[in-house]
Amino acid sequence: MTDHDPDCEKCEELLQGYLDRDLTREEVVIAEGHLDGCDYCRRRYRFEERLRRYIRVSASERMPAGLLAKLAELRGPTADGL
Amino acid sequence: MSESGAADPEAEAGRRIASEARERVRFEEEALELADQVYRVARRMVGTREEAEELVQDTYARAFRSWRSFTPGTNMRAWLLRILTNLNTDRGRKLQRTPDLQPLEESDYYLANKLAAVEGEQALDQERVVERLSQGGVVDALAALPHDFRDVVVLVDLGEFSYADAAQILDVPIGTVMSRLHRGRRILKQTLAEESLT
Repeated sequence: MTDHDPDCEKCEELLQGYLDRDLTREEVVIAEGHLDGCDYCRRRYRFEERLRRYIRVSASERMPAGLLAKLAELRGPTADGL
Repeated sequence: MSESGAADPEAEAGRRIASEARERVRFEEEALELADQVYRVARRMVGTREEAEELVQDTYARAFRSWRSFTPGTNMRAWLLRILTNLNTDRGRKLQRTPDLQPLEESDYYLANKLAAVEGEQALDQERVVERLSQGGVVDALAALPHDFRDVVVLVDLGEFSYADAAQILDVPIGTVMSRLHRGRRILKQTLAEESLT
């Protein structure tokens, strides 16, 4: 985008809150009203959603084999041992 | 209790012990079911897999000792991570120096704009455009975040905790969670843009 459309700037401001579902109803109306007519912002909102998913998947590493057994060994004494 | 004679104190004590043991076993089992989820968060809060394993073990050792302080029906995953972040603060942080924060005010659209500049605006429409960023780059960019920001980003974006849960886990106000999250994500995107797109 070359010109600085103030509506786009406002929309950008609302991006995080929108994706986190943390906007007031009025703000949601503003964001969605703008997204309906603005390819530029809509693309970026969608991109951001995909990015979050990608970050979660990329950075998520499952528990190593064997750790669960080690954790289970840390349990308290069984039943009558209290 | 009166002297109605019904209660045999020994049997009563036995029942109490048995019921407490059952409660504890239930607690332990529920906690163990969450181990993988706890590990995934822990893994991104520390530098190496060994440290993450150790941290998770210390967390479970403490959790199993103090299981009575958990209120049944509340969020156990958050309770475990509260222990974990406390332990992590106690130990690792003494060694880590807090990096100075660079002043940064790139916009929220920064990464998208960079990608659009490199790949073309239409590329942003493609589902796979994010794969232009390497997975290793994502891991490195997270690791490079100053830890206060990283903890929040990891809890919310990886652990999928609410702002409120993250605030409780880290013992900071919810407004702090929101601002660290926002800034942390910006820094993350800036790093990704610089590392993956140049």
